This record gives sequence, C-alpha cells and structure tokens, in this order.
Amino acid sequence: MTAAAQDIRPGRLAEFWHYFSENRGAVFGMWVFAVFVAVAILADLIAPYDPTAQFRDHLLQPPFWQAGGSFAFPLGTDAVGRDMLSRLLHGARYSFYVGIVVVAVAATGGIVIGLLAGFAPRWVDTIIMRVMDIILAFPSLLLALVLVAILGPSLTNAMIAIAIVLQPHYVRLTRASVLAERSKDYVIAAKVIGAGLPRLMFITVLPNCLSPIIVQGALSFSTAILDAAALGFLGMGAQPPTPEWGTMLAESREFILRAWWVVTLPGLAILMTVLAINLMGDGLRDALDPKLKRS
Amino acid sequence: MALLEIRNLSVDFATASGAFRAVDGADVAVDASDVLAIVGESGSGKSVSMLALMGLLPWTATVTADRMMFDGQDLRAISPRQRRRIVGKDMAMIFQEPMSSLNPCFTVGFQIKEILRIHLGLNRHDRHARAIELFEMVGIPAPEQRLGAFPHQMSGGMCQRVMIAMAISCAPKLLIADEPTTALDVTIQAQILDLLTELQKDTGMALILITHDMGVVAETAERVSVHYAGQKVEEQGVLDLFKAPHHPYTAALLAALPERATARRLPTIPGVVPGQFDRPDGCLFSPRCAFADDLCRAVPPGQAPATLGLALCHYPLGALA
Amino acid sequence: MTGPGPMPVRAQEPELGPESGPELGKKPGPVLVARALSRHYDVRSGLFGAPKVVRALSDASFTLDAGKTLAVVGESGCGKSTLARLITMIEPPTSGSFAIGGIEATPATLRTLRTSVQIVFQDPYGSLNPRQRVGAMLEEPLKINRPALDAAARTARARDMLRLVGLREEHFERYAHMFSGGQRQRIAVARALMLEPKVLVLDEPVSALDLSIQSQILNLLVDLQERLGLAYLFISHDLSVVRHMADDVVVMYLGRPVEIGPRDAVFAAPRHPYTKALLSATPVADPTAAKTRIKLEGELPSPLSIPPGCPFAPRCWKAQARCREARPELEGDTHRAACFFPEG
Repeated sequence: MTAAAQDIRPGRLAEFWHYFSENRGAVFGMWVFAVFVAVAILADLIAPYDPTAQFRDHLLQPPFWQAGGSFAFPLGTDAVGRDMLSRLLHGARYSFYVGIVVVAVAATGGIVIGLLAGFAPRWVDTIIMRVMDIILAFPSLLLALVLVAILGPSLTNAMIAIAIVLQPHYVRLTRASVLAERSKDYVIAAKVIGAGLPRLMFITVLPNCLSPIIVQGALSFSTAILDAAALGFLGMGAQPPTPEWGTMLAESREFILRAWWVVTLPGLAILMTVLAINLMGDGLRDALDPKLKRS
Repeated sequence: MALLEIRNLSVDFATASGAFRAVDGADVAVDASDVLAIVGESGSGKSVSMLALMGLLPWTATVTADRMMFDGQDLRAISPRQRRRIVGKDMAMIFQEPMSSLNPCFTVGFQIKEILRIHLGLNRHDRHARAIELFEMVGIPAPEQRLGAFPHQMSGGMCQRVMIAMAISCAPKLLIADEPTTALDVTIQAQILDLLTELQKDTGMALILITHDMGVVAETAERVSVHYAGQKVEEQGVLDLFKAPHHPYTAALLAALPERATARRLPTIPGVVPGQFDRPDGCLFSPRCAFADDLCRAVPPGQAPATLGLALCHYPLGALA
Repeated sequence: MTGPGPMPVRAQEPELGPESGPELGKKPGPVLVARALSRHYDVRSGLFGAPKVVRALSDASFTLDAGKTLAVVGESGCGKSTLARLITMIEPPTSGSFAIGGIEATPATLRTLRTSVQIVFQDPYGSLNPRQRVGAMLEEPLKINRPALDAAARTARARDMLRLVGLREEHFERYAHMFSGGQRQRIAVARALMLEPKVLVLDEPVSALDLSIQSQILNLLVDLQERLGLAYLFISHDLSVVRHMADDVVVMYLGRPVEIGPRDAVFAAPRHPYTKALLSATPVADPTAAKTRIKLEGELPSPLSIPPGCPFAPRCWKAQARCREARPELEGDTHRAACFFPEG
C-alpha cells in the first residue's frame, strides 16, 4: 500500500480560465480585444482603400444608411475624401502599436527599477520612490505634453512620453510585491543555498510578482491608447495624414454638426477598444488575485 | 433530549475543479454538560462541520443533513434572523488564531460590550460591570485597564482569554472550541485548557473541542469522535478509545504517536488523506489500511454497533470472529 | 564525503548510497561548535526615544557531533529561530563565534561554509518557490555551487536525491503546489541535502504536518542521518517529538539556554524549574496518567524589558531574593542547568 496518490489539480491555466470566464463582461471584453488585434494585424488585407488616398469627388459623403451614402464608402468619407472605414481599420494598427510599445517599455523599465528598489538598501529605495512620487504628482497628460514639446511632436515621441509617465505604477507594484515576497521562506532558502543577488531578483522573486503586473499591463494598454489619442487630438502626437484615431478627431472638430460621422466614428472606436480592455483587465485582476481564490 | 443532534451532515463546496465533499455523512450528538472531542487530521472536515452548524460557511458551500437540532430547534428550518439570535448567545465558538480572531480596529472592551448590548440588551453601566466580571472569570489580570487595550497590544494567550470571555458572555449552552490552543505555547496551552474545563464544570455548558492533538484529547475529553476524510469513523469514551480503539485508523494514529514509540523508527500510516480527485470507491481509509481486503476497497462500510465504538469498518478491531 | 578544505572540483561524483556512509565522513571532534553566540537587535522606540535592545539570543554555547541530534526546545521568544538563522549564516552573530567542521564561520569563509550547513523550514507551503519545478529546485544548489558539473550529471544527482527521499520519478517535472504538506517537506529535505552538508538545521520540520505524515518524515530523517552521517540541529516545541529524535537537548528561555544535557537525563530528571514546568505542561496521550500540572503564573515578559537576575524568576515558584539580583550561569558537567536552586 505505497500509493502516494496525489491530487491531480487542474493546471494553472485551466484554473485561471475558470475564474476568468465567470465574469461575462471580461470574456466579452476579451473577444472584442481579439477582434481589435486581428483588425490591427490584417488591416492591409481588409481595408477596401488606402487610408491616405483622397477621392475628390466624394468629399464628406455620409455612411451608407443615410441619404447620399453608398456601399462604395460604407462609413462615409472625411473632408478631403478619404474612406472612413479604411482609416479606422488602419487606426487600429497605430493604436495597437502604441499600446504594445508603451506597455513593453514602461513595464520593463518599471520592473527593473522596482526590483532594484525592493532589494536595495533603505536609502536607495527612498530616493527611487521619491523620484517616482514626483513623476506621479504631475498630471500625466501635462507631463506627456511637456516631454513632447521638448522632443518634438510625433507618434514615437508621444509613446516615449506616455511610457515614462506610466512607469511609476509598475515600479510601485513591483516593489510592493518584492517586499512581500522577500521575507518568505523560499527566498531565504535560496539565499542559504548560495544564490547571489541577480539570481534572487530575477529568477527567484520576479516570477512570483507577475500577477499584479499583468493586470496593470492590461489596464495601461487602454490608458496608453487614450493618452495617445489625447495627444493626437491636441496636435502633439501622430501628425496628419496618419490615420490615428485621436488625430482623426482633431482634424474633424469643425464638422461635428455638419458631418457627425467624421467625429463620432473615431470616438466610438476609441471608446469600444478602451472599454473592452478595461473589462478584460478587471476580469484578469479578479482571476489572478490569490485572495479571491476559492479552492 | 440531546442538546445538539446532527445526523448525516454533508457539506459540498463548489470549486474550480468541480464539487468537493468536505463532510460526508457525519453525526454529532452532545448532551448538556458533555465534553466531546472531535479528532481528525487535515481534510477530516472537523472544522467545516462545526462551521456548518453555526452557519458560517461561504456561499459556495451546500449543507445537507437528515437532522440538525439544537435545543429543540431545527437549525435547517429557521430564518437567518432567528439563527443570529442563537449563534453567539446559546451556541458560541472560539477559533484557532486568537490574534486574528479579534477585530484589530477596536478595543477588546468595545468588542465584548458589543455582544452584551446586542444579545442581552444591557445598559451601559451593566455592560461595563459585566465585562469586568467576565475578564476576571477568565483570569485576565487588571481587567479595568485591559478593557481599553487593542488586540495587537496583547499576547496570544491573553487574546484567547478575551475570546473565551466573549464566548461565555451570554452563558451559552454549547461552546465549540476549534483548535483553541494550537497556535499557543505549551505552557499557555495548559492554562487555557484548564480554564476551559473549569468553566465547563462551573457553568454546566456542553463543550465540543476540535483538535488534532491526542494529548489534549486524553487530558480534556470525556467522549471522543474520530473523523477521517469527512466521515466519522469512530466514537467512544476517552478511556476506552485509548485502551482499545475499534477503527484501524484510530489504532494507527495512536501507534504513530512519538510517545508510544518503542523503536527508532515510528510505525507510519502510508499514503495520504484522499483529496478531491482520488476518493476510493469503498472505504475511504482502505488505500492506507493494513487490514483492507477486496470488500473494503469495493463496498463502503456501515456503522458498527456502539459496543464496537460505532466504527465505520467492515472488520472493526476487537470484534469477535 | 571528503573532509573540509577548499571546494574540490569533482568531475565524477560518487553516487549517494550505502557506500558513502558515516565511515567516510567521521572525523574526530564535533562537527559544530558554538561559543557564546549572541544576537541583539536595536529597536527604535518612537522618533525621540532612546534605541532599545532586543536580546533575541544570548550566550548560546554547545557542541554537536556527526550522526547525532541536538534538540533545541523552548517556547516563543526563546531564541531558537534566531539560533537557526545564525548557524545557517542568514544573519551574523552580534558576538560569539561558531565553527563547522573545524572551520571558523567568518565573512571570509561564508561561501565555503554555505555548502556545509543547510536548513529545512517549518512551513512546507512557504518554503518552496511556487514558480519552480521540483527538478529545477533540486538542481539549483548544484548550478550555483558546483559549476563544474555538467547538466546531465546535475539532473542525474537530482533524480537520485528525489528517490532517496521517497518520491517518484514523475514528480521531477511537477510544480510545488501539486504536492501535499508531507511531500513538500521531503522536497525541502532533498534540496537541503543536494550540497551534502555536514549539519542540517531543522526548524520545526514536522510541526505543520499531520500526525500520520509526521511519523513518515521523522523516519525519513532518521534513515538519512544513519546513511549519510548527518548532524541535526533539531528545533521544536513539541517535547514528544524531541524525546523520540534527540540525543542531547538544550532548553531555552528568553534567549538563553537554561538547561543542556543528554536527552534521557533531561527528561527523566530535569534540573531547571522551567524544564520541569514545560514537561508537566505537555499533554500526555494517556487518559489514565496522573495530571500533576505545575501552574506557571503570568506570561512571558517582553524581550525588550528582560528583568534583572534570572529571566525565569518572575514566574518561578522557587524564586528567592538571590534569583532576582544575580543571573545564574550554566553549571554542572554533562547535564547543566542555569539555576541557583536546581531540582534534584
């Protein structure tokens, strides 16, 4: 009677999916986000026209369900005759690009600084956190504006600015997790078998701190898109004729009453994407939070 | 009439990996002034069954029982409001971690007076007097000053005394103590156990003591109920249990005690308690039992008569033929 | 296992087995010698208060031979966990010194001695990295300390160790959360033994385990001690486990050893009143045994304000004026007690 029969617990992924799928909103958000990613990748193939191509005969044409619209330009055209649908589809690409790059840069930088702050002696930790506090004290958009004004208006510079502004969140999260994990037995065990500081930081502790960072990453994605759109709207982000959703909004301010579709459709695109990501992020947080686990 | 009578209690939890049966057809019966010890290891469902009785389980738990009577009231049928009048007043419970069982934001005096106000409706002056009286009963020195202390300012032993004071404040008929001394030092443990038995004798209340420590059982209990994997596998008087256990699990548990060791190597019970996914078809203890045969592995056993300790076994130990 | 000295680069590791038993490892003299180890912490009391000193451990001296077990017994605040941290070199002592295998423990010898002493923690659920597979956990000590070993040799030794502690081949690729408490402790023991230490510090290794699992782990520890000639520093508050496992016992109170001696002597005829109270307070699993409880008054004083004189005097039933003025030192030959009026 040796049989050491173990609990074959479901793998982590299956358990995660169980909790995540209980939240209908999160699953809906995830599907919408998946569509957004697919559109961003396949924009070249799906879009009927080139987004910068101008059709001078079809200026400000309404969408197909209104009088004067046609299926040739399903969502209408803008003030210089560019197809709205194609512009929106390509805009997804830019927004996705912004989201990915900003989150990657902010997270990488934030994680490394957070690890350093968590493991460093008290005085180094204090200096790092005060610098982060200063960054956090600025209204994020204002800070981004200042940075872009210094570096020059372009989408790349807007992304750098937003990434810098988002970094303190990652630093704080990582540092909090590191401080909580440092005192646990398995970290002390690693020290006792002779692990040096780099191994302790990156191999022992970091993998256990990732849950809150993943959640923050999902939520920062939407913040990045919104901030890039805001900068674009203010003329400090992507420059025309780039079909970035915020820039499209800026170009069409004057047409709010005359041609509602030029303003509303990019706004709707931003709204839906950001909402989907936030719903998904909420679901991620609930599913990854160990305190909410029930089994 | 028994003070507490629970028959065929089952508790199922809805988990990420399906339903989990934490308590499987357990019986508990306690008369007034009884001292019953419920013994079991982790996974035995001993705490869960008492929490089910008190109505303290989360919404993911489903509680079913043939009978759940306390002091003549059917606990399955009463409304939550009626239940709140019984729980904490006639039926009280103290828990394992005294430091985290008290609300850290309020003084201990506030917490004990809260009970007196809600359950007994005493006025301010009477509450204060009764609180001091209760603190003296549980042996807290300088009770007047202690009323203004916060839980984090007190040691584990003191916090547990406060918990006991809160539990007995309304003169309960039944006190359930869930591993009350596991988190405490040995010398404090002795003090707390002595206090519990003294209070039990003085007030005549029934005491259910949940523990995994056989030493505590031997010194405190009158009757012992042994639980394994959610089921009750044996119930006997304490002297008989230690002298002649009838269920192989009880016998193996007693043999595994370091104090009964005769050689450098201890007798062990091979294997682990069945979890959610490896519950055997027949007797739950059969994978680990030295005496199990094919019948045990295929057919769940019934309960033996009281002379054989109500053992849940096809071949209870000590049975003739 | 070869003796002390600079770490040899071993290309061909001998298999762990009955051949590498205690005969190879036995040297004359104790494998662990501690002299007056102390550890104090400075604690700030408020913004303007003078810093207070917490004397977590004071004047701990003992010796430990290979193949033997020294049990450290006491309640919370007695300093046994601090002692574990000092011996495992997680923290340096404030004063005093100790030597493992003849080598003094100093900051210079820290790296060399790391492989001579390892630890098994109390909580099986916190001491294993949740994000590491068992195989990786076992190979990590070798990766860090034996860089000359190639990957195949490392994996082979890790698998051997897994078998030695009673786990199976298929457990190599699993994550920690898939195991029960007892199995996790086996993994923890396996990890501690990967570097072939001379001294194994066991900080309450079975306190968090069920009784039926406890005996499995205790048997495993006994087996390993016999096969590998390990010296155990066994910390526990459970006197029945101590009685079963220990060769020698040291009883601690408020950071000081108050009694030290061979197990049978200490249990049969305790000399210090605290030991006597501790023994009488431990519940015995025999309902027919007479309950002669020595009631200790009061509680443990705060380690910030230890009273002058004997630390046990406020709670001792035999305390007299002399006990409150001067502190007794450990007296006796093999069975020593720090008391002016020892029992017996």
